[in-house]
Amino acid sequence: MCMAIIKFTYALKRFFPGLKDTPAKGKTLTDIIHAAEQNFPGIRSYLLDEQGRLRQHVNIFIDGDLIKDRSDLSDPLSDNSEIYIMQALSGG
Amino acid sequence: MSKQTILLGTRKGLIAYRGSNDRWAVENLSFEGQPVSIAYSDPRNGTWWACLDHGHWGVKLHRSADRGGNWEEVPAPAYPEGEEVKDGVPAATRYIWAMSHGGKQYLSKLWLGTDPGGLFLSEDGGNSFRLVESLWQHPSRKTGWMGGGRDQPGIHSIVVDPRNEDHVHIGISCAGVFETMDGGRSWEVRNKGLRADFLPDPSSDIGHDPHILVAAPTDPDTLWQQNHCGIFRSTNGGVNWQEVSQSEGPARFGFAIAVADDNPDQAWVAPADSDMVRTAIKGALCICRTDDGGKNWKDLRKGLPQENCFDIVYRHALASSGDTVAFGTTTGNLFFSPDRGESWQTLNNYLPMIYSVQFTD
Repeated sequence: MCMAIIKFTYALKRFFPGLKDTPAKGKTLTDIIHAAEQNFPGIRSYLLDEQGRLRQHVNIFIDGDLIKDRSDLSDPLSDNSEIYIMQALSGG
Repeated sequence: MSKQTILLGTRKGLIAYRGSNDRWAVENLSFEGQPVSIAYSDPRNGTWWACLDHGHWGVKLHRSADRGGNWEEVPAPAYPEGEEVKDGVPAATRYIWAMSHGGKQYLSKLWLGTDPGGLFLSEDGGNSFRLVESLWQHPSRKTGWMGGGRDQPGIHSIVVDPRNEDHVHIGISCAGVFETMDGGRSWEVRNKGLRADFLPDPSSDIGHDPHILVAAPTDPDTLWQQNHCGIFRSTNGGVNWQEVSQSEGPARFGFAIAVADDNPDQAWVAPADSDMVRTAIKGALCICRTDDGGKNWKDLRKGLPQENCFDIVYRHALASSGDTVAFGTTTGNLFFSPDRGESWQTLNNYLPMIYSVQFTD
């Protein structure tokens, strides 16, 4: 079982004021998002749509690499991965 | 008696103006910086609703019981797992485009219209919303509904009949007008008499583009719509529609329409240049009003910019209450008339793009 650390963009603190780096156990990114939801209820719906797809303007990096599978979140984790949840730059 | 609050949904937040002694001032700004597709006040209980369209974080729904002082997030409408807009295109809420209370008989009911075409109903005061399956499963949807204004079909109008609150009309771009007599269990198409110039068959049963649909409060069988292809009126609850556009004047293309709350024959529209241009006509802003059910239209320009103007008015951004009329524009101008449009005052030239305008108490 991996012990990853989730790091969030500051932009999400507007909606989740207590947001901070959060350790999470899990083998998959789906596990990681589940852990984030446990710690910050409601945050899943800010990251994924109701069909489980990563929202268009949200990016997730695993150890610095942008994930490839935005639909099923199957990109692999390693032990002690750092998961960065970021917003894409867009709009005005 | 006119209502004394104007609630705005804008590209950069919810803004409430409060009128007192003929002066209007900002009472509340909420969600600063965030797109509010619809700001809605429920007249039954005074609850304010904000439908948010976060660019990054999805569609969200908030409500306030104290005129914007405090807000509570409630779960936004969500499509059930596996639902599809078309084969292979998963359905997820992309925009909340209409909100209506369910009537005085059904105090816990609230309706929401969304892109990509789902109608949602709450029966617990908005704590939760469920997809109205009967409409979502309508045989016309997957093959006959299409985008128009937005990339996917959307429900922008929900009209509840105050005489019978199981009787509801909705407007869909692009599909047309649908009617239920049984609270949403079954639906009839109500597009006879409309014209869809953008279809191979302009009198097609499905595929029309009503930009907005409204009913006259004093005669709910009188329905009006500003359609992509003109202004249409029905005096029999949508069974038949008649075009009431001007053939030569400005009252033809546009997005918004409002009906007087004391006269089913009086309505306002906010004309725009054709669908190919979509600016104020010849750089001059006007509102048109009919007092005779659309036979004649009068240009109302006093106090509105008449040169170098590019403003148009989005579909939810024109409203009336008694003698007062207000509208907000795409370039952030907010105008107010105390005399049914005969003269206009500028309330603000520097707002964000305005998506919705509602008079409320």
